Amino acid sequence: MDKNANIVNLIVDGKEIKASEGANLLRVCLDNEIYVPNLCYLKEMEHPPASCRLCFVAIEGYPQPVTSCTEVVREGMVVMTDTPEVRRLQKSAFELLLSVRRISFCKTCIANKRCGLQKIARFLGVKLRVAHLNRIDVDREVDHTHPYLDYDPDKCVLCERCIFVCGNINKTPMLSLAHRGLNTSVTFFESAAILENSCKGCGACVEICPVGALTLKSHNKVTG
Amino acid sequence: MTPNDNRSSIEKEYASLREEAKLRLKRLRETGQPNIYIGMATCGRAAGAIETKEAFEESLFKRDIQARIIPVGCMGHCYAEPLVLIEQSGFPTICYHQVTPGKARILVQNFLEGGDPCLEYVLGAMQPNDMLPCVTDFPRFGMEKRVVMEHCGLIDPDDICQYIARGGYAALVKALKMQPEEIIAQIKTSGLRGRGGAGFPTWKKWTIAREANSDRKIVICNADEGDPGAYMDRTILESNPHQVLEGLAICALAVGAEQGIFYIRAEYPLAVEKINNAIKAAREKHLLGPNILGSGFSLEISLFQGSGAFVCGEETALIKSIQGERGMPQVRPPFPALKGVWEFPTVINNVKTLASIPPIIRKGANWYAKIGTEKSSGTAIFSVVGDVVHPGLVEIPMGTTLRELIYDVCGGIPGRKKFKAVQIGGPSGGCLSEQFLDWPIDFDSLSEAGAMMGSGGMVVMNDESCMVEVARYFLDFTQKESCGKCTFCRIGTKHLLDILEAITKGEGTERDLELLQILSEDVKAGSLCGLGKTAPNPVLTTLRFFREEYEAHVFEKRCPAVMCRSLIAYYIDLDKCARGCDACMGSCPVDAIFTTKDRKKSIDQSKCVKCGECVSACPPEYDAVRKVSPPDRIPPEIVPQMEG
Repeated sequence: MDKNANIVNLIVDGKEIKASEGANLLRVCLDNEIYVPNLCYLKEMEHPPASCRLCFVAIEGYPQPVTSCTEVVREGMVVMTDTPEVRRLQKSAFELLLSVRRISFCKTCIANKRCGLQKIARFLGVKLRVAHLNRIDVDREVDHTHPYLDYDPDKCVLCERCIFVCGNINKTPMLSLAHRGLNTSVTFFESAAILENSCKGCGACVEICPVGALTLKSHNKVTG
Repeated sequence: MTPNDNRSSIEKEYASLREEAKLRLKRLRETGQPNIYIGMATCGRAAGAIETKEAFEESLFKRDIQARIIPVGCMGHCYAEPLVLIEQSGFPTICYHQVTPGKARILVQNFLEGGDPCLEYVLGAMQPNDMLPCVTDFPRFGMEKRVVMEHCGLIDPDDICQYIARGGYAALVKALKMQPEEIIAQIKTSGLRGRGGAGFPTWKKWTIAREANSDRKIVICNADEGDPGAYMDRTILESNPHQVLEGLAICALAVGAEQGIFYIRAEYPLAVEKINNAIKAAREKHLLGPNILGSGFSLEISLFQGSGAFVCGEETALIKSIQGERGMPQVRPPFPALKGVWEFPTVINNVKTLASIPPIIRKGANWYAKIGTEKSSGTAIFSVVGDVVHPGLVEIPMGTTLRELIYDVCGGIPGRKKFKAVQIGGPSGGCLSEQFLDWPIDFDSLSEAGAMMGSGGMVVMNDESCMVEVARYFLDFTQKESCGKCTFCRIGTKHLLDILEAITKGEGTERDLELLQILSEDVKAGSLCGLGKTAPNPVLTTLRFFREEYEAHVFEKRCPAVMCRSLIAYYIDLDKCARGCDACMGSCPVDAIFTTKDRKKSIDQSKCVKCGECVSACPPEYDAVRKVSPPDRIPPEIVPQMEG
């Protein structure tokens, strides 16, 4: 909590919480050990992308659930993280994310057992294989163009965390989003020569990836 | 200089501009030469206006007739393009429709040379007179109320004098003498709401930016029009760019901005050209640039071409695009009016909103507020397309009913077909059924009905349109145009599209209908930006108002509109088919048509690809090709019997 800021009182799931005025609601929930599923949020972000659409909560006075990462805490706020409407949207978004993945990949995936998706599936009680949605096959190849990294677009959930951390370290991120709609993916600007000079291979992006879509080339060599 | 001196000097400068413009036009008319106005906006050109202009030029030269050809914009009467107005002494100004090069040559010969106004080609006279019926006697002209499009199609967009002579830039002059707060108060009294779709009160946006504490502010004209079938903004920019420019200047004056940007999609090259010319011309007349008309107010306007992503019409994505970043919507707040382009307070207004500003300032807020309804004042511009007799751009007062618009203004449904639905608001809007025909058109009643004012696209459909296919078409569009940022829009719309595709192929199940409803509601509630939040509207409205069509596809494998290819079959009615005629045979791309024993024709269903070519090829006096759904409804007596 910021010592200089005013303290506000709010209630989350019946629990009274004190927080700095203007703090991010998702952050406050997580800091107080109230888990709200999320994939794209990092506490360093000033403007979270709000792209994963998982961190829905119900706030008293709001007509429908809102993403908690885009809300700031206010005095007297009453928040519920477990209403049927909230869970419906969370499950719906989560199942959509799962519907474009190949679950058989899990066994060989570097993120197996520590994957963000597995964690949320356990929390929401959702099976990784979605029965009621047809699987959408986008089927793109692993991008090997980067000198130090490999990127698997079919694993990626487009949370943009990698772009954010790279931007934090290098001022201008060396990764970016490309293409539109279902074909949206992370790209390295397709020039190995430039990357070899600019990317130091620090691996921060690999570290932050919640689903193992980015891997260091050395890792891939060792495990085959 | 005291403010009063300043005011009178602005007046003086403008008065001399106005005099000059009027004099120039007067001189044009005094020569006694006929003036030929040709509608040369993109729509006119597509209909052949360039060829028509060449035919006029060639014919005038050949017959040695002195006449002036003036390219003008578009009046919005698409059904009548290419449209030509002729000013000839001794006649009222006459409007001719569908002027092909051939008609152009005849007009030069018979009218300009021979003095016969060629009544057979006349649409009407532009002013009341004793000679010809006036166009305003027709509902297509008379029921319209032209505020934004008042001068469209009547003036040369490249000639600033024509706009000034008609009172152009007088509103800017008036605004220069007002306090910014007064201007905003006027806009508030007028009740103007943003014409981009959502209908946010314009004065509120301006006030937020006005009060924002920043030494630099920016105003933007949003001309990233992308809805399929909508072209209002393009036509206005191409036909009267100065009115939009004037509106943007007044907006800048009101919020305290010294920088303006036109965001126009690169697919509108002619609009880009017209705006560039307009900016240049206005600068030359000191109506733009440093110290406008000596008032001390400076404004620089530049043009930015968008690369065609539909989502860039969304304010926050548009800002990213201008900044050179990937056009993706951002979370609001912060609202652009507080933190927009490069973090400066930015007002983004639609073309039609800005074009409404000069008439409001010039004629007064109360005048404008009286047009339309209480909560939606002013006029609405729709591009009415699809199954209507007189498609095109229509400007009507808010509160006009859909029935008046479709049946009176646009002439109803052609070919004695029945009205089925009207799609309003493009991919974000919805399909309304017959029960809504008497609803007034305004922001609130359209949202209540489940559609949306949107930017003004309106597609009228007759009973031959399949509503499942319509929903599929729009989902295909939004799915492709999704920026890919948020989960619901990126993946959810794809699932919706897949389900709709399955249903149109007759592969849908009862479970699919349920899933369609649930998923649509979730995408609507869960998406990040306006594109995703409204993308399911076509599905939700068709499910609500045309559920029986979905059920026919799913349970009976039948397409009630006989449109979905997988669910229909063509056969030839042997009673109507003419012996010996083989018009259909030649048109069939897959040789599915064969000759029967009695020298009539029949279709081999195993080969037919259901392209419908034979329907067009069959001479209308026989009209023998039939379309049925489901395919097994072909009468059993039509058993193909091969020749010999």
